[in-house]
Amino acid sequence: MKEQLHELKEQVMLKIQESHTVKELNDVRVAYLGKKGPITDLLKGMGKLPAEERPKMGALVNEIRESVTAILEERKEILEQQAIQKQLENESIDVTLPGRPVELGNHHPLTRVVEEIEDFFISMGYEIAEGPEVEKDYYNFEALNLPKGHPARDMQDSFYITEDILLRTHTSPVQARTMEVKDGAAIKIICPGKVYRRDSDDATHSHQFTQIEGLVVGENIRMSDLKGTLDLLAKKLFGAEREIRLRPSFFPFTEPSVEMDISCFKCGGSGCNVCKKTGWIEILGAGMVHPNVLEMAGYNPEEVTGFAFGMGPERIAMLKYGVEDIRHFYTNDIRFISQFHRSEA
Amino acid sequence: MLVSTNWLSNYVDWNELSIEELAEKITRAGIEVDGIIDRSFGMDNIVIGHVNSCVKHPEADKLHICQVDVGGEISQIICGAPNIAEGQNVIVARPGAVLPGGMKIKKAKLRGEESNGMICSLQELGIEGKLVPKAYAEGIYVLPNDVRAGDSALTHLGLYDRILEFDLTPNRSDALSMLGVAYEVGAILSKDIKLPEISYTASAEKAQDVLKLSVEAAEDNPMYVAKVVKNVKVAESPQWLQNTLMSAGIRPHNNVVDITNYVLMEYGQPLHAFDYDRLQTKEIVVRHAREGEKMVTLDQVERTLHDYQLVITNGNEPVALAGVMGGANSEVYEGTTTVVIESAYFAPGSVRQTSKEVGLRSDASTRFEKGVDPNRVAEAAERAAQLMAELAGGEVLEGSVMFDELDKTPEKIILSPDYVNNRLGMKIAMDEMKTIMDRLQIPTELINGQLVMDIPTRRQDLKIKEDMIEEIARLYGYDEIPKTLPIVESTPGGLTPYQSKRRIVRRFLEAAGLSQALTYSLASPKDAQAFALETAPVTKLLMPMSEERSILRQSIIPHLLDAATYNVARRNDSIALYETGSVFLGIEEDGLPKEVEHVAAVLTGKWVHHAWQGETKKVDFFVMKGIVEGLFEQLGLLERLQFTKATVEQMHPGRTATIWLDDQSVGIIGQVHPTVQNQRDLQETYVMEMNLQSIMQTATEELLYEAVPRYPSISRDIALMVDRDTSAANLEKIIEQAGGNLLKKVQLFDLYEGKNVEEGTKSVAFSLTYFDPERTLTDEDVVKAHSKVLDALTVQANAQLRS
Ligand SMILES: [Zn+2]
Repeated sequence: MKEQLHELKEQVMLKIQESHTVKELNDVRVAYLGKKGPITDLLKGMGKLPAEERPKMGALVNEIRESVTAILEERKEILEQQAIQKQLENESIDVTLPGRPVELGNHHPLTRVVEEIEDFFISMGYEIAEGPEVEKDYYNFEALNLPKGHPARDMQDSFYITEDILLRTHTSPVQARTMEVKDGAAIKIICPGKVYRRDSDDATHSHQFTQIEGLVVGENIRMSDLKGTLDLLAKKLFGAEREIRLRPSFFPFTEPSVEMDISCFKCGGSGCNVCKKTGWIEILGAGMVHPNVLEMAGYNPEEVTGFAFGMGPERIAMLKYGVEDIRHFYTNDIRFISQFHRSEA
Repeated sequence: MLVSTNWLSNYVDWNELSIEELAEKITRAGIEVDGIIDRSFGMDNIVIGHVNSCVKHPEADKLHICQVDVGGEISQIICGAPNIAEGQNVIVARPGAVLPGGMKIKKAKLRGEESNGMICSLQELGIEGKLVPKAYAEGIYVLPNDVRAGDSALTHLGLYDRILEFDLTPNRSDALSMLGVAYEVGAILSKDIKLPEISYTASAEKAQDVLKLSVEAAEDNPMYVAKVVKNVKVAESPQWLQNTLMSAGIRPHNNVVDITNYVLMEYGQPLHAFDYDRLQTKEIVVRHAREGEKMVTLDQVERTLHDYQLVITNGNEPVALAGVMGGANSEVYEGTTTVVIESAYFAPGSVRQTSKEVGLRSDASTRFEKGVDPNRVAEAAERAAQLMAELAGGEVLEGSVMFDELDKTPEKIILSPDYVNNRLGMKIAMDEMKTIMDRLQIPTELINGQLVMDIPTRRQDLKIKEDMIEEIARLYGYDEIPKTLPIVESTPGGLTPYQSKRRIVRRFLEAAGLSQALTYSLASPKDAQAFALETAPVTKLLMPMSEERSILRQSIIPHLLDAATYNVARRNDSIALYETGSVFLGIEEDGLPKEVEHVAAVLTGKWVHHAWQGETKKVDFFVMKGIVEGLFEQLGLLERLQFTKATVEQMHPGRTATIWLDDQSVGIIGQVHPTVQNQRDLQETYVMEMNLQSIMQTATEELLYEAVPRYPSISRDIALMVDRDTSAANLEKIIEQAGGNLLKKVQLFDLYEGKNVEEGTKSVAFSLTYFDPERTLTDEDVVKAHSKVLDALTVQANAQLRS
């Protein structure tokens, strides 16, 4: 019987090794350890043994049963591991396949530039002033020191609706309106918006374009304040290494008037195609508010001074992003617009 | 303004600087130098040649074989110019020369004959055709007799010269003359300038005795000077004068005309020369034209005049349009012997109006339009008389015939140094300010700590204190201004709530997958009112540039559809765009149109597209509707949003809705009418447009936290068969009314019509959520509420329940 037992054990061990799935293994367990299995039979047959041998044999049978069970468990674990392994292998994917796109739209490039400038000035305590795109001649020209008959206000250059009403040619009328409303109080605003000029559309001209102007009015506002403000703006828009320079210029609503150049962001000043070999790029116009403009808005130019500046987001976007044709901004070709997807810190 | 630096050297010595340094200094001081033109274009090997002989090429009709003396050497050169002839002095580009166009001159054989260079026209040397004297416009240039073969032709033609191109701001008309430029450069470099010396011997005969003058329009012509020069020989000008004019961008004609143009460029004072004999009457009368009066101008055009136009007449008929163009009847020609030189001050407005109407803006008219220097009117006439004596053999009659009511007193400006420094943020000493005025040659006295300045009439741009601040700052140097920041009564700054909401709207729409478009406000008559949310009169331009852009838009949709079509035509067939911007409706009390900010969107093509997973979904009404709902949710207005079926022109009659905010209609949404889609080459396309302004101005309740539920909710689904026309909104309303307090949420989750469903009906399924914040609901509670719902649906919507 002892031999029988050992033979049985050998047999089971072999069967366990031959099992390759949990199910096969289970079959082995049922076949050998189950109620109808040979071990049970052996235990049942123990009654026939002499009494003094029974405990010894019983212990042996139990020992064999336990060791078979342990081996079964061991094997089971291995097989289960193998099964999981197998499943994971089957589930494996090609991680290089394209992901499911998150369909985001994006800002128009001009809005991008405008909001960047807005946020910069908001951080400096400015407010954003807005006004009508269809304006009175008074606010668009007269209040800005461009009286009737002034050569700079040729009917040919502006879109008039009537003799006295036109599509604004700059956002300066918002400044004139703000000064009128503020009634002598200090002002710190920027005015973004659409403007219109009677130009034929080509690579550098657009009958509709955008502008951002700024105005600061108060006691003791100096040209050095204008220079400091523009210097920070230039660094914000085009990088901390930018230098600015002011050149005398002429605008009817400011005196003195200047144009601001920034050191070329492409070549750093040594001269390249972006800066036309000069090392400098013209960015915006500015100046001290003309006394006539202050006076017309009810300020006393002997006591109150101010500065103003104006720039074209199209030009800034063209420089920043290397856009060569202004018409791209108004064609709405998604192959163009979608290039301004990336967020910038 | 083109400034020849050779010519400039006559008045101011700038030669210590390189031309680039000079240009940079001028630019930094306020006159932008746009470019520097080297008139020699780096040419070399261009010499004067003498044509010893010239015979026809045996093999070519149009070619000549010339034997040219190029200075101690005879060169055979083939020439194709029609005006080549024996005995001429010509410009020869010798082998090795490179012409401005890039042409390299080499020895060559032309139809079997050797050619050792090229005989050149002025155009071939880089001179614009419109500047080449007419006699040589179609052929080679012929030099005068007194030149020597072998000498440099470039030297002779004054082409070793560099031109500064000035981009003048409108206020700096003082720099429209060489003398003005000299004053500016002198100030910049702190150098004295040399003015022309005028001297000539006048004849005993007096101008007054041969010419009468009367001015009948003093307002438009406050000063008129006429000088008479007899015995003039009209001829080609000396080479230096021709060269100088060409360098200034003026075509040489004959000595008399050239002299007037030279003085124009030198003094900035336009002059006109009349043929005295052709005037016939020995009289000049300046007056306004008679309405309908006719005259033939120099360009041989007969013009009908108006009564506000100023004319110069001979007492009977006009001989010139004042300051704009001379008349053909009094023009100087080869036979002229006596010349009347006119130098005048014509009122800027008058000249501007006439030159615009005639369509002629000349060097003369632009200067009159800006206002010439009152103190140079008489001097310029004298200068021209001198040059006619010197260069045209003329005999200048004694004195001038003059009318003069022009104010020539200088403006006085008084300025305190503090006023300057407070506005610049600098500390410039008064002495330094005085030095700057000296450099500008502005007579200045220091009186009681103030600068008292007499502004010369040549600087008409200097009128107020701030103008003088600019003069001081620009010559002191803008680089010296420190950088500070303004100190103003502090305001918080920031966006208004309205402006913040606008950004929220944009961010949301972009997060929803739409990109921002920017289209034009001006539309065609066809599009201006299409898709408009309300009917209002249109705002039209007085002078549109095209019909396409002649009316202010009342809706954004048409231009967004244009953008969609544009993209689809370029094979971008899935488009999701939005735009925010103004539309223009009617006229307000103040005469301006009512500007209302709208938002609009267009969707076409695929909404979901994930190719390799086989997922594709075309846009439909409900994609657009979901976007609108999401937007309202962002703004805290979702509960107040409703859609009702609507009919809108150019929209699909069955797939269009009005968007309501409370009881206010704020927009439209739907599919574009298939016919319109076809016209616009679009597939199924959905649009929406809303009055963003009223939506953003609608007050919302403050955001307050609502307790997170502590008790579970219970859901029950119902499936119904209803009439096809019964709207989901209607069913929801019935359910909500019947459901009572416990019903918290109704959600449609299934819709089916078609196969297996009776015609004219549809199957709808809702999920109802019951919930009580105070306790756990029992089955009983729910059954009670739910059966009320089912009853109401059966009675009110004739619904059949499906199990
Ligand atoms: Zn550069």
